Amino acid sequence: MEKKELFVREEILGSNKKIAAEIRRKLEQESILTINFLSSPGSGKTALLERIAETLKPRHQMAVIEGDIETERDAERIRQKGVPAWQITTGGACHLEAKMVARLISEIPAETHFLFIENIGNLVCPASYDLGESLRCVLLSAPEGDDKPKKYPKAFATADCLIITKSDLIPFVPFDLERAGNEALDINPDLRIFVTSALQPRGIAELVRYFIESRVNMIQRHA
Amino acid sequence: MHELSIVASLFEILEEKANEQEAKKIILVKLKVGKLAGVVPEFLKTAFDMYKNGTIAEEAVLEIEEVPFKIECQKCRAETEREDFVFICPACGSTALRALTGTELLLEKIELET
Repeated sequence: MEKKELFVREEILGSNKKIAAEIRRKLEQESILTINFLSSPGSGKTALLERIAETLKPRHQMAVIEGDIETERDAERIRQKGVPAWQITTGGACHLEAKMVARLISEIPAETHFLFIENIGNLVCPASYDLGESLRCVLLSAPEGDDKPKKYPKAFATADCLIITKSDLIPFVPFDLERAGNEALDINPDLRIFVTSALQPRGIAELVRYFIESRVNMIQRHA
Repeated sequence: MHELSIVASLFEILEEKANEQEAKKIILVKLKVGKLAGVVPEFLKTAFDMYKNGTIAEEAVLEIEEVPFKIECQKCRAETEREDFVFICPACGSTALRALTGTELLLEKIELET
């Protein structure tokens, strides 16, 4: 019997990163901008996607991958908007992983411009998993409170944009828009911030413009 | 609580390395976990002990080195250790900072018996 010390120095989530990089390469090559939505449960991810679908639809094709622990409900809501949607049910797991997305990639229609991935409602675990997205958006709804960025720093630190949702409720709940924005910018000074309401609706056009610009930039980067 | 998923990924690497080395068993696993890696070392340990039964690392001890979160200012080059994720240089107030350490989640080394 011989004892041996082996220095590995490998990232534990390295295989997830590798799969994610491959997804990103493939989708970006096909000019598909992939957007990963992170948030707590009930912050309005699906409602926002419904509004985005209405705004994008006349000129752009989108597709949605829905992540949930159980049920097809969210995918069905999206399909009712005439948007192709796939449901991943994790059966209990608190986040999506790149390999779950990889299995669906071949089904995404080639003419897609935007692929949205609605992650499991959870501000903690999904932040650690790259899904091959080109943009990561973290959503924060007004009723959750303006103190969330510093409580869940990783989600905000790894995001490209912050979308405040349910802004129509700001007059009725203790939520200081400026404080929420400043907290998030302390953690991530490059964060783009959008204020939206899916009900009114408000701020959707600006957000969609940002996605369209991001896709143009992505295509130019690859040109 | 995604520590169990992380441990599952860890065991994929452990099995692979043990096979390469034709090891009989793994006796020590050392990880480096950044303070802001988004995982709880205590939960990692619990998950590791749950997972290791019946594997090549059944008798392995898990050691975790916690790595502090350090940032470097791109303007004044000051290095700061932080307990939170706030990206403002305490020396000059700049927000152009680079994370040096503290977000890693690494399998540093293993000890095995062949």
